[in-house]
Amino acid sequence: MAGWGYSLNKDRQIDFDANDRSVYFRVIGLEPSLGKCISCGSCSATCSSAVFTDLDIRKIFVLLSRGELRDLKKHLDDCMLCGKCILVCPRGVNTRNVILTIRKELEY
Amino acid sequence: MEERIAIIGGGIAGLETASQLSKKGFDVVVLEKKQITGGHVEQWHQVFPDFRDASEVLKNWNQHEISGQIKIGIDITNINKTNGLFQIELRDGEQITANAVVIASGFDLFDAHKKEEYGYGIYDNVITSAELESFFNRKREYLIKSGKTPQRIGIIHCVGSRDEKVGNPYCSKVCCITGVKQAIELKEIYPQAEVFCFYMDLRMFGLNYEDIYKEAQEKYGIQFIRGRLSETSELQDGTVLLKVEDTLAGKPLKLSVDLVVLLVGMVKGSVNNELKKWLGIELDLFGFIKPPDAILQPNVTNVPGVFLAGACSSPKNIGDTVNDARSAVLAVEKYFNHLKG
Amino acid sequence: MIAEGKKRIWKDYQKEIADDRYYYARSCVRQNFFPGSEAAFLKILREELGKNVFDDPAHTSCTGIGYHADVVPLETTMTVIARQFALMTEAGYQNFVPSCITSFGLYSEIIETWHHFPETLEKTRKYLKQATGREFEIPDNLAHASDVIYKFRKEIGEKGKYRLVNHNTGEPLKIVEHIGCHYSKMFPHKGVGGAEYPYVLVGMIEEWGGEVVDYPERRHCCGFGFRQYAVKANRGYSLSCSHKKFESMEPYHPDAILTNCPGCPYFFDRWQYAISELEGKTYGENGFGIPVLTYEEMAGIVLGYDPWELGMQLHQVSVEPFLEKIGFPYDPEQKYKGKYGQDLGKPKVPEFLKVCC
Repeated sequence: MAGWGYSLNKDRQIDFDANDRSVYFRVIGLEPSLGKCISCGSCSATCSSAVFTDLDIRKIFVLLSRGELRDLKKHLDDCMLCGKCILVCPRGVNTRNVILTIRKELEY
Repeated sequence: MEERIAIIGGGIAGLETASQLSKKGFDVVVLEKKQITGGHVEQWHQVFPDFRDASEVLKNWNQHEISGQIKIGIDITNINKTNGLFQIELRDGEQITANAVVIASGFDLFDAHKKEEYGYGIYDNVITSAELESFFNRKREYLIKSGKTPQRIGIIHCVGSRDEKVGNPYCSKVCCITGVKQAIELKEIYPQAEVFCFYMDLRMFGLNYEDIYKEAQEKYGIQFIRGRLSETSELQDGTVLLKVEDTLAGKPLKLSVDLVVLLVGMVKGSVNNELKKWLGIELDLFGFIKPPDAILQPNVTNVPGVFLAGACSSPKNIGDTVNDARSAVLAVEKYFNHLKG
Repeated sequence: MIAEGKKRIWKDYQKEIADDRYYYARSCVRQNFFPGSEAAFLKILREELGKNVFDDPAHTSCTGIGYHADVVPLETTMTVIARQFALMTEAGYQNFVPSCITSFGLYSEIIETWHHFPETLEKTRKYLKQATGREFEIPDNLAHASDVIYKFRKEIGEKGKYRLVNHNTGEPLKIVEHIGCHYSKMFPHKGVGGAEYPYVLVGMIEEWGGEVVDYPERRHCCGFGFRQYAVKANRGYSLSCSHKKFESMEPYHPDAILTNCPGCPYFFDRWQYAISELEGKTYGENGFGIPVLTYEEMAGIVLGYDPWELGMQLHQVSVEPFLEKIGFPYDPEQKYKGKYGQDLGKPKVPEFLKVCC
């Protein structure tokens, strides 16, 4: 109702208490190396797709751990599975498998 | 005649200096303001990087090795240097004469009350890292005021360090590894709890520190969120609501935790200003004692016969402190050799 | 909550508040939102406390709205403020008391600017002389009107006929306090209690028998920034700020909201209606809203003034539930009667928000 020309804005705060982080815990259970990620961004820096699409691997891992699941799958579809990210990760995270696992878990 | 060295401070720097000077044949007297020696290490539970007990570390300094006295409960009221001799006056009237003085007065912990917005001293479940160590040592009876088992704990890095607003723009060096260590210790006691570390940069500079960080993530599932805490508030059930900026996600984040641990930094020792007044030594911008050449001669001050050991000149971990004390001993030895000709 | 912790901070943030001979600078729009408030302030100070307050018809707006919305340049603002001070000096006063909190923030800011940049002070003297021929003195004491009420809260409480206590159960009323952003967020030392735990309204509530609610979004702005809501496209942001606060205070079931700014109570009062229309949600008991009071209205109620004389019939959220809780007798028939008893008609009843008619 109203039709005043304005309405309530959506809160962009990450509400940790309310978010569903179960997907993150499932993914990390299936690919434990994700736990070592320090968000350095080496993966995103080297990503073949990142130059032309919105795929940002570092950010996706961060958002997953916060339970911010909107748009995650859409961006992950841009991954070509080339594996450059695994080559470069300084912590030894199996980034490609994490991406595949997230895709699978988000099918639910 | 045996040269007598007065060592101001009975923490590990003072004890190591006294022990090594004794072995070299000097007569030492250690002046400690508290009723026990051991300084800050005495209050810690386990120390990094190998998690050995602090009490094990302190056993290293057996009092009998130190030839001379360890005086506790000391309050120095004045120090005069006349004709190359130092006259130290104590509050109870006693006078101590020494040929040289080693300042090992250490540091103080940042007073977390100054960060008003963190609610220390206002909300029940906001404590400092030192208070957490007391809990680990069974010297503090409860962790959460209501006695409940914590489900979520937030550890805040850089409290009182790297912060111009409280006048401490420097880094206190050892708080980051302390935070990771305490996170692991908390997970060992409460394996079901989620532990979060809110950091600006993680300074894992020492031997094995990076491995401890990796273990904290991999084995213990501790989550590291890069971003500053802006404010705490208390919810009706006593939990603390945190508002942080999640810089890696690029959005503000709010979460409620059962306990907040503030990693308070190191500030200058409270006695430094008086030492400057009595002895004429120099202090740096933040009140730490400044040696004229901090790189090549870190233990020598601008006043002949006055030396430095330990964290009184800058933040240090235990290994650095022990090394620094030994280096101070060499400086003292060199000084007396030079005097003899 | 450790009360001693807050008291420690309040001790650090004390300020000088003059105790008599005030030059009162009214607010531009406050009379429209809360008509009885400024009159109540003058009445309390003159009749109850016997103070000398000068209500000058010659003073103008401080240009705060224009300054903060970027339509009035800084030099103009400085000159207008200098004129206000000149009027104060000419009337023979040294203590300046603005009614609006943004004014207070602006006067503080300009005085600080003059202090740190003396060349701007000289320029302002020149401009004022050229424009109006007046000369001015910086006031000895600048205090907001809520500071003055805070200073005399004890006397008001003693003279008061009513306490902020539920007269049926004897429990203190739970009151949310909200300070205007310009009060202490800019200069914490110019506000009583500082910026994190401001005390000016807490002191009043505690003195008059109420209990303060500390809820998580206590420090959040209500959204009444001129730039935010002046343009309709931005207004959703203002609405959302207030909405966030309401959502946060709701679990505490407050009995009233107390504020010291012209804009904040306006927003808290009107946005409850807006939210009820947009979402169908209300925050008070039984479909009512949470009553919102300015500090003069609260002081007036404590002293027993007639609520309709105080202008409370113009509140969107009905204050009658609050009055009933403290056992304050009021005549509902007189609510919409004019000064001479004429019938002024009744406002339309909102769809979701329950009001008393």
